[in-house]
Amino acid sequence: MVKFRLERVSAPLWFRPLIPLIALLVTFLLTTLLVLWAGADPLKVYYYFLIAPLSSRVALIEVLVKSTPLLLTGASVAFAFSAGYWNIGAEGQLYAGAMAGAWLGMFLGGVSPVAGIPLMMAGGFLAGAVWAFGPAILKTRLNVDEVVTTLLLNSVILFLVSYLLNGPWRSPVSMWPQSPEIAQGAHYFRLLPRARLHFGFVVGLAVIVIEWFVLQHTPLGLRMRAVGLGKKAAQFAGLNVNRTMLVAALISGGIAGLAGVGEVAGIHFHLIESISDGLGYSGIIIATLGGLHPFGVGLAAFFIGLIDTGAQSLSRALGVPVYLGTVVQAILLLVTLSLFVLQNYRLRRA
Amino acid sequence: MFAVQMQGIVKRFGGLVANDGIDFELKVGEIHALLGENGAGKTTLMRILYGLYTPDEGEILIGGKPVRIHSPRDAIRAGIGMVTQHFTLVPTLTVAENITLGESGSLLDLQQIETKVEALSGRLGIPVKAGTPVGQLSVGEQQRVEILKALARHARVLILDEPTAVLVPQEVQALFEVLDRLRREGISVVFISHKLHEVMTVCDRVTVLRDGRAVGTVEKSQTTPSELARLMVGRETFGVHRQGERPSTGVLLRVEGLNVKSRKGAVGLHHLSFEVQAGEVLGVAGVSGNGQAELGEVLSGMLQPESGRIWVGTQEVTGASPAELTRAGVGRIPEDRHASLVGELSVADNLVLDQLEHFSRHGVLDRNAVRRNAERLIAEYQIKALPETPIRTLSGGNMQKVLLARSLSRNPLVVIASQPTRGLDVGATDYVRGRLLEQRARGAAVLLISEDLDEIFALADRIAVLFEGKLMGILNTREATVEQIGLMMAGTPLKRSSVKEADRG
Ligand SMILES: Nc1ncnc2c1ncn2[C@@H]1O[C@H](COP(=O)(O)OP(=O)(O)O)[C@@H](O)[C@H]1O
Ligand SMILES: [Mg+2]
Repeated sequence: MVKFRLERVSAPLWFRPLIPLIALLVTFLLTTLLVLWAGADPLKVYYYFLIAPLSSRVALIEVLVKSTPLLLTGASVAFAFSAGYWNIGAEGQLYAGAMAGAWLGMFLGGVSPVAGIPLMMAGGFLAGAVWAFGPAILKTRLNVDEVVTTLLLNSVILFLVSYLLNGPWRSPVSMWPQSPEIAQGAHYFRLLPRARLHFGFVVGLAVIVIEWFVLQHTPLGLRMRAVGLGKKAAQFAGLNVNRTMLVAALISGGIAGLAGVGEVAGIHFHLIESISDGLGYSGIIIATLGGLHPFGVGLAAFFIGLIDTGAQSLSRALGVPVYLGTVVQAILLLVTLSLFVLQNYRLRRA
Repeated sequence: MFAVQMQGIVKRFGGLVANDGIDFELKVGEIHALLGENGAGKTTLMRILYGLYTPDEGEILIGGKPVRIHSPRDAIRAGIGMVTQHFTLVPTLTVAENITLGESGSLLDLQQIETKVEALSGRLGIPVKAGTPVGQLSVGEQQRVEILKALARHARVLILDEPTAVLVPQEVQALFEVLDRLRREGISVVFISHKLHEVMTVCDRVTVLRDGRAVGTVEKSQTTPSELARLMVGRETFGVHRQGERPSTGVLLRVEGLNVKSRKGAVGLHHLSFEVQAGEVLGVAGVSGNGQAELGEVLSGMLQPESGRIWVGTQEVTGASPAELTRAGVGRIPEDRHASLVGELSVADNLVLDQLEHFSRHGVLDRNAVRRNAERLIAEYQIKALPETPIRTLSGGNMQKVLLARSLSRNPLVVIASQPTRGLDVGATDYVRGRLLEQRARGAAVLLISEDLDEIFALADRIAVLFEGKLMGILNTREATVEQIGLMMAGTPLKRSSVKEADRG
């Protein structure tokens, strides 16, 4: 019998950029199995998933609309992860931003959008950062695991939103659990006629570019990456590890808050409980798939937006559950993470 | 009668030769120490015997017969057990369950298993509580469970990899009693250690490894701690030596009454006081694990002292952070060079990491300046790399040059160098030593913490010896002998040892 053993060898440098591509391939192979099991035709499924959303103007714009918040949650998570701060709370920070946006938006009647929109964005950013502050300070002062605290706060803020929407903010007109409409002057403007694509998409792209600049071309970015890639080495070089992580965590929360503002001001024009429905968690997948590089994050956000759109048209056309999109995302995350670990192992003949 | 014979064992990891033709013989019923510095190849040799690595060359004989060991399963079948540096127990299972885990048969009859384990522990004099979950035991107790686990599988050869590293002194004593008992049962023990006094206490024979080679096997009764120390740390002589005495221009580093709490498995520092003059190298000698790492870390700002004071020049730096120490004029060469550079970042980025403020304007990194700085230092320090090369692809010697370049290019007042040449090849070693002597010539105060006695004798003007976190004394190198330093390394303070020397003479 031939025996094998596992040895630890660092992966060559050129391998890392290939990981997302290999992950995609493996994910599609695995999904094919699922689809066959569900009794559908894989080729048709892929057509609806990947081709159909790109083949009409309406669908393509819908992909961009779906990508808009994902650009921001992906950028948010990638920013924190770059500094080795494992922020799982983009979902909650997004809600914080959405709450602040909805609240500010209610009072902006008669205010020009030129003043109203920046104000709302600033408020949303601040609210996201505030919601990120607790776990960040616990982590940097008392070394409390941020994975747990940021995750738990996601549920906490949902209760808060639910309370507001069923209590003080309940729409007096419809009595639905939704906040009053925000003022006209607070609406993000549309980018194209007769389509939902809004200013938030520009914000998303701008944040991606700014994040790239910060990470690559500023001392803060270099400090963050040093802390994220080697805490002890960063400390030895005299960097203030805790302060760097704190700053990264707050900015990350702020970016997620912007995503919330965009959903309120660009899509719904009021706050509802299901305004996110996992956008923050998708941000984790996007950041990982994008290799924590802002441009990779941009591509990954677009790709996940594509799958989300595809899953909807797929379920309409073939009657497959819309959850297939979520399943693909989950498999993608697991495969990507496995590849990041497995790349450092080789199977050798004993 | 040999229990185990290993002949001509070679094991390479990529370009690194961890075991370079090692012969090792273990007699039946002896406690045999495998002694050597960190990185000497002790763990690798024993992992080969236990089937965790396959040797590239060499033979293994058990009870005189050649065997092939491909996995721990093969090793266990051949009667070999190993307690590794990291335990492999399941915390939620009981002692009895852990001991029988992985044996054929089932976990069903717990009562019977517990009785069996208790009988075994009684016979061997290794007290354990068979019904307690392992997670509730102290480290020392867990180690006993590991030993029992090996013996329950009928091991006749027991390998212990640095067993005392995780124990407090009382537990060490108890472990030695257990080993004594096993020896009387006819079990052979390989005791891996880099601590001389332990080896002298408990072992029958000692094999010393250095740089992947076996440099000698001696009977305990026919050796001395100082001879072992010399075997362990001696190297081929290197070309770089300190030249001439330098007139002192004052104290640049002063340490007074320094105390550091002991961390798990390590000694602390106790009432350390010394001074280093300008233009002087003070060598700190000692067997590994006697407080050198702690001293290096405290003086680098990575570890805070419990009490005591530190001055650089006239400035007090007690409790200063790494950044504050750098500003105060301390250049730091760390013991663990891999953990002190960011492997995924480029050479250029690592070279500016501790002085980013000088390389940015209006909150933006000046990439050109970063690059020019890297090009200059790469040329000046002969680093074999490009500015954009990731650190992790560099050899140990080139990593060390990056660290030297980063700290020495600022002309520090005080240089703290911890094990600066450990694991480096001859060329890189000479280079690093030359750079340190350059600092001395420039008038810096150099503290050289090294386990390599030859290095200390070649570079240091004065030699301080650490033993269990205490200073055994400071000698002028001109007046010091290897024998005397060896005695101090084994725990004899300077005064008494010189009296003994005088008595003998
Ligand atoms: N799995 C491995 N891969 C690469 N290098 C290794 C590996 N294991 C050990 N080494 C290297 O081999 C040398 C000997 O290591 P080791 O046997 O652990 O020494 P010791 O136990 O004497 O401290 C060291 O330089 C170490 O870095
Ligand atoms: Mg070892």
